[in-house]
Amino acid sequence: MTEILKTEGLSRYFGAVVAAEDINVTITEGEIVGVIGSNGAGKTTFINMVTGYLPPSAGTIAFDGHPIKGLGPRKLMRKGLSRSFQIPQLFLELSVLDNLSMALSASEHRHLEMLRPVRTPERIAAADEILNQMGITQYRDEMVTAMPQGARKLLDIAIAMLANPRMLLLDEPTSGVSTDEKHALMDTVMEVVKRRGLTVLFVEHDMEIVRKYVTRVLAFASGVVIKDGPVEDVLADEQVQELVTGKRQQKPTEGKNDTQDETQKGGA
Amino acid sequence: MALQKSEIMLVVAAAVITLLSFAVPDWLAFTTTLAIASAMVVLGVVMLMRAGLVSFGQGLYYCIGGYAVGMGGRFLGITDALVLIGMGVAVTVALAMLLGLLLTRYREIFFAMLTLAFSMILYGILVKSQNLGSTDGFGVGNWTLLWFDPEGGKGSKTVLWLATAVGLAVALFLNRYFGSAIGLACEAIRENEVRVEYMGMSRRQILYINYVIAAAIGSIGGSLTSLAAGHVDPTMAYWTISGEFVFIALLGGTGHVAASFIAAMIFIMVRTYAVELFPNSWQLILGTVLLLIILFLPKGIWSLFTRKRRVAS
Amino acid sequence: MLTVWAILIDGLIYASWLFLVAAGLTVIYGVMRILNMAHGSLYALGAYAAASALGWYYNGVGDQLWIALAMIAACAVMIGALAGVIMERGVLRLMYGRDEVLMLIVTFAMLLILEDVMKLIWGTTPYFAYQPYAAMGRFNIGVLTVSGYQLMVVGVSVVVGLALWFWLERTKIGKILRSIIHDREVSEAMGVNVRRMFTITFMIGAALGAIAGGVTAPIISVVPGVGVEVIVVAFAVVVTGGLGSITGAAIGALIVGLARAVSIHTMPELELFIVYAVMASVLIFRPHGLFGQAVARKI
Repeated sequence: MTEILKTEGLSRYFGAVVAAEDINVTITEGEIVGVIGSNGAGKTTFINMVTGYLPPSAGTIAFDGHPIKGLGPRKLMRKGLSRSFQIPQLFLELSVLDNLSMALSASEHRHLEMLRPVRTPERIAAADEILNQMGITQYRDEMVTAMPQGARKLLDIAIAMLANPRMLLLDEPTSGVSTDEKHALMDTVMEVVKRRGLTVLFVEHDMEIVRKYVTRVLAFASGVVIKDGPVEDVLADEQVQELVTGKRQQKPTEGKNDTQDETQKGGA
Repeated sequence: MALQKSEIMLVVAAAVITLLSFAVPDWLAFTTTLAIASAMVVLGVVMLMRAGLVSFGQGLYYCIGGYAVGMGGRFLGITDALVLIGMGVAVTVALAMLLGLLLTRYREIFFAMLTLAFSMILYGILVKSQNLGSTDGFGVGNWTLLWFDPEGGKGSKTVLWLATAVGLAVALFLNRYFGSAIGLACEAIRENEVRVEYMGMSRRQILYINYVIAAAIGSIGGSLTSLAAGHVDPTMAYWTISGEFVFIALLGGTGHVAASFIAAMIFIMVRTYAVELFPNSWQLILGTVLLLIILFLPKGIWSLFTRKRRVAS
Repeated sequence: MLTVWAILIDGLIYASWLFLVAAGLTVIYGVMRILNMAHGSLYALGAYAAASALGWYYNGVGDQLWIALAMIAACAVMIGALAGVIMERGVLRLMYGRDEVLMLIVTFAMLLILEDVMKLIWGTTPYFAYQPYAAMGRFNIGVLTVSGYQLMVVGVSVVVGLALWFWLERTKIGKILRSIIHDREVSEAMGVNVRRMFTITFMIGAALGAIAGGVTAPIISVVPGVGVEVIVVAFAVVVTGGLGSITGAAIGALIVGLARAVSIHTMPELELFIVYAVMASVLIFRPHGLFGQAVARKI
């Protein structure tokens, strides 16, 4: 398997604040990688840097062997690097079908066509297919404003997939979704991911979901990757338990006060 | 590509206007011509509104279109109306391609005020140009249309037919355009620019193309107006004229191309009477109606504008 | 050398006037995020009020210069604040929370209404109120002569600028306003009465516009439409400096004022463009003006 994403010394500072520092990650094609860490640990900063939303302060990023630092979202999408958002980024006052038609015309590089209707039969068929896979067919002709949060999350991810990416970064796909819906949502998403053979990196707070879908985990704390490895190893790691999954997994032991303070700093 | 329902409707409307033109008095034919011409400029404003932008300077291109007709006849001796209109479009496209580079970086009030500033620069140039008649402007010479020579060029019926034909072509084009990929992309930009970029589209490229086309259509409107009125003056570029186009666009809404034509007709008819009856209260009426539209017709006319604030996490 | 001095003095005089005109516009935008297109109409209102008051006063009542000047100030402030409170309470209040560009169209509607209201009140014949200008004579600075009244405008502009600075930086209301500028929602949650602050801000901004008009009345002939041209120039100044910043308005006024003076003395045919040329070249390098700040956006 080939390396698809590789970052070296990737860092981002906001003034004196360290949002991410010296992140060295290599992801192989086909991997499904979970990213964990408390709020403010640098997860979203990492995704924003990789997808061209935030320029890194230092370091390099390579996608498929080519340096991509400095490229904007648009060029990265074209290279096959797509993402979803913690807060779904949708065209709220357009219909779901129009949202998808737009994504399809963009992925075909035909979004500048002036005379042909954007809703071609082929695009409608492709939109219906993904709606069906995502289980949100009932909203097809509704405006996005009429959709509940969970369905919006799925539409956001569906749009990310329509770009025909090779790698998909999902920023907290289950946040804002009720606990009992989380598993169903992730089942749906991962089913489609597998069918399309995508490399996935996703940010998640729920360790149960991480265990269920992921083979490898990156644990972030205070802007640094503190642990990177197979899911069981990382979740069993003491430092990870203290800083990330902590209290839920294990009773606090002695001498941990210092590091807990650090978590709070990182989470600020 | 089969004809859509609204395309048939537009063709029928154009045919009806052409037939009625034989029956109506000259002043009504003239008013209708002006309405069609204004509607074209308004459609340019509507194109920008669909992308979430308000232009207070569409008069810039309206004026260029008008002056191109006047100057083409006066200095170059060109008489064919279609060539004159084409000249206006050429100049307009060249200028819009230049200004578009700067303007596509701006949104909301910045876009509105910068477009206003640019149209005021043209106004200022024209006011200072003695050989173009300064504030008085100048008369448009006689013109011909292909093999017609319409009664010394001022034939109100001929210009109505011309306006109807050109208006129909523009309306059919925009009807397609609004439902096309780029038309929807403009609405997508209004709704969420982040997502547009993350679909792999360039916001600036889309807005740029949209801006240039809107300008070109505005220029055609200006050319038709000057052919009909037989006169051009710098107020065509004055920003309150651009404000009137924004008013008509809001009155009609951005839902359908036909709305702009209907709204323009209403506007020009009402203005004709209001200016006679209440010469010093026309703007008062206009302002009040504008407030009423915004307050009581927000959906339909305004819903396309109330751009949802991008959610901050 | 003579030209250099002439440029500096003319530039300073014009810059002072520009600052007076632009100050109210930028204060209102800074606090309320409303670009008030009717600002020019407030300017015209101030000019009409001052001109008719002076007309009444000099028509047999008296000819004291200081009374005339006091009347300009009083009339302008009163009519500006009154119009401001009517516009804010009567119209803008119904629209808060809508899009910035919609608010622009709302103020455009108010501009249309005000223009005709002024025609209905004052008619279309010009008003002249040259007496204070004439009474203040001309001064020689070296070989150049400068009108005393225009020097006074420079003084008024400096005083207005300092007063605004003091108001925003040193008073309690100023502190509250700065908190609203910084984060409206948080200020509201902390118990700030944002609506009341908006009324106050709009009244002050409107009064500033009217003062600019009142002060200008003796220099021009007051006719319908004087305000309409003002808004475009004021906007150019404010954008050059950075929308919403008082310092920006002052610097923008200085740059535009000096640039225009250079143009008048060296290339008079370019006078009109220079304002926009300055604005465009600033915007190409700093899209939000010299002192403007880009709005951070998160996803």
